[in-house]
Amino acid sequence: MSLNNIYNPYLMRIEKVTDEAPGVKTFRLNFMDDSVRENFVFKAGQFGEYSVFGEGESTFCIASSPTRKDYIECTFREAGRVTSALAQREAGEVIGFRGPYGNIFPVENWKDKNLLFIAGGIALPPMRCVIWNALDQRDWFKDITVLYGARTVDDLVYKYELDEWGKRRDMKLVTTVDPGGETPEWQGKIGFVPTVLEQMQPSSANTIAIVCGPPVMIRFTFPVLEKFGFTPEMIYTTLENRMKCGVGKCGRCNVGPVYVCKDGPVFTYKELQKLPPEY
Amino acid sequence: MNLITHDNLLTFLKSILDSGKEVFAPQRRADKIFFLPVSDVGSMVFDYIQTTVSPKELLFPKVEPMLSYQYDDGKVSVRDFAQELKPADRVLFGSRPCDALALKTLTEFFSRDMADAFVQQRQDDLTIISMSCTNSDENCFCTSVGAGPGDSTGSDILLTQIEYKQYIVECLTEKGKALIESKKELFKLTENISKEKYLAKVEPSFSHQEVTKRLAMAFDNPIWDEASLRCLGCGTCTYVCPVCSCFDIQDEGNNKNGERLRCWDSCGFALFTLHTSGHNPRPTQSTRWRQRVMHKFSYMPERYDLLGCVGCGRCSRACPADMNLKEELNELSHLAEETPQQIEAHQ
Repeated sequence: MSLNNIYNPYLMRIEKVTDEAPGVKTFRLNFMDDSVRENFVFKAGQFGEYSVFGEGESTFCIASSPTRKDYIECTFREAGRVTSALAQREAGEVIGFRGPYGNIFPVENWKDKNLLFIAGGIALPPMRCVIWNALDQRDWFKDITVLYGARTVDDLVYKYELDEWGKRRDMKLVTTVDPGGETPEWQGKIGFVPTVLEQMQPSSANTIAIVCGPPVMIRFTFPVLEKFGFTPEMIYTTLENRMKCGVGKCGRCNVGPVYVCKDGPVFTYKELQKLPPEY
Repeated sequence: MNLITHDNLLTFLKSILDSGKEVFAPQRRADKIFFLPVSDVGSMVFDYIQTTVSPKELLFPKVEPMLSYQYDDGKVSVRDFAQELKPADRVLFGSRPCDALALKTLTEFFSRDMADAFVQQRQDDLTIISMSCTNSDENCFCTSVGAGPGDSTGSDILLTQIEYKQYIVECLTEKGKALIESKKELFKLTENISKEKYLAKVEPSFSHQEVTKRLAMAFDNPIWDEASLRCLGCGTCTYVCPVCSCFDIQDEGNNKNGERLRCWDSCGFALFTLHTSGHNPRPTQSTRWRQRVMHKFSYMPERYDLLGCVGCGRCSRACPADMNLKEELNELSHLAEETPQQIEAHQ
């Protein structure tokens, strides 16, 4: 009998390393095994367990779009033991990957709607997957707006893509940095994300809001959205509880009757309101 | 119905050992009793109420290597230990009915959705011979959580001690039958005897349905602060619990070779939920103690239709701060059904 070890990762070669911001890198990864590469599918919002053998596993979303085949990308900040070890890997080296895990952003249900993306800091990566997914199927959606903020200009990730998004006529990009984080050349807004959102006076009509960011940003952003008429079921976010197994067994991401790794990481604000505040 | 004498039981176990199977049974180490591999049936003990540590290790070891890795000239190769799991004939002897129920719960939990090969293989390989309880202590509360001193759930064979050093033998599964058939001559066919009068009297102390019902409204109740004041966060309750299944995954090794291990973990530890950013969704011992109780008595029933407790009482016996789960559950089962808002209004 052949037993499937759900904890055994795929081997992936690092194809490209991109320095995004101080301490933040993006890896483009290729499956070593051809049959895995051909059969691997995922959807926007899902995540994986990335590992450096000898250091352990770490959880991040898949930051590339499911519409881009042949590779996956992840973006991470060097912070703990595993991410520090990952940051030292170079193109050509091999790491482990388990996934895709978790639920998805129901992008297909959002056809013919306006999409409003609101991201803070290192939380653009989970949203980038959906943004590219939407841009690659642009005619599915009406207006697409992205509001992205970081502490400083330096901390903005995917700068090359922000340039590209800023130039596109089929979407609107608003970037902002926290007061004091600007440079003399800075052309974007200055202010915290919730404040800038309020100035934008977003229309809630036929609009889905997708919010990702640090807990404090989320806490102040939801009330602004509600003020402009967004109902809790129109607001989506993704939770980042600590995880180990990714498959609902290790118990770490349990919040109320929910396991973030299986029932999430994507939740509507309405679903969050039913959970104990342990995220 | 079959009976077996104590002497024949020892012969039976010896024959199991002689056939090459591994037998794990209660044995004394210092003043504590553990399930340990048996080499001599004479070293087994029969005069225990409950072992100190549960038999869950037989399905879910404290530390389990799941794979190993090796780097050669920059190339990494991985050995998948699930592929190397070999069928092993193992017999657990002397588990209490609560333990057998716990092993069943554990197996069900691990085999849901994506099945855990390690737990599954060990369960397939394990034959469980349990012993009904003829004695209990003040920490036992199996009858309050849907189990009982003579409950046969999860066992392959259940023995109940009666007079003249004899045991009633209940053969419950094919696995149990295979074992008995191998030494049929040691068992004596007899007319049906009721085991009830031989069983320990464990008075129900609370209703677990009531606990589950009250917990749905108890998240913001101040009871957690008070109940956890003495909690040291040592994790002993988790360690001895037969149902607790939370784990950590860690790598041990260097840049040449090593292993990826699964290790027991506990929701009582601050590190369990701590984010790298420093944010901790359960920052105090009170929130962690609440999680432990909520998970077992509210979340598991709601989510999996399983209760996370079998009433073995080990956590209460082992707690260095003398916290008593049975007493707390009793209190919870009588908690006023109030909303958090109502409680706030009282304060």
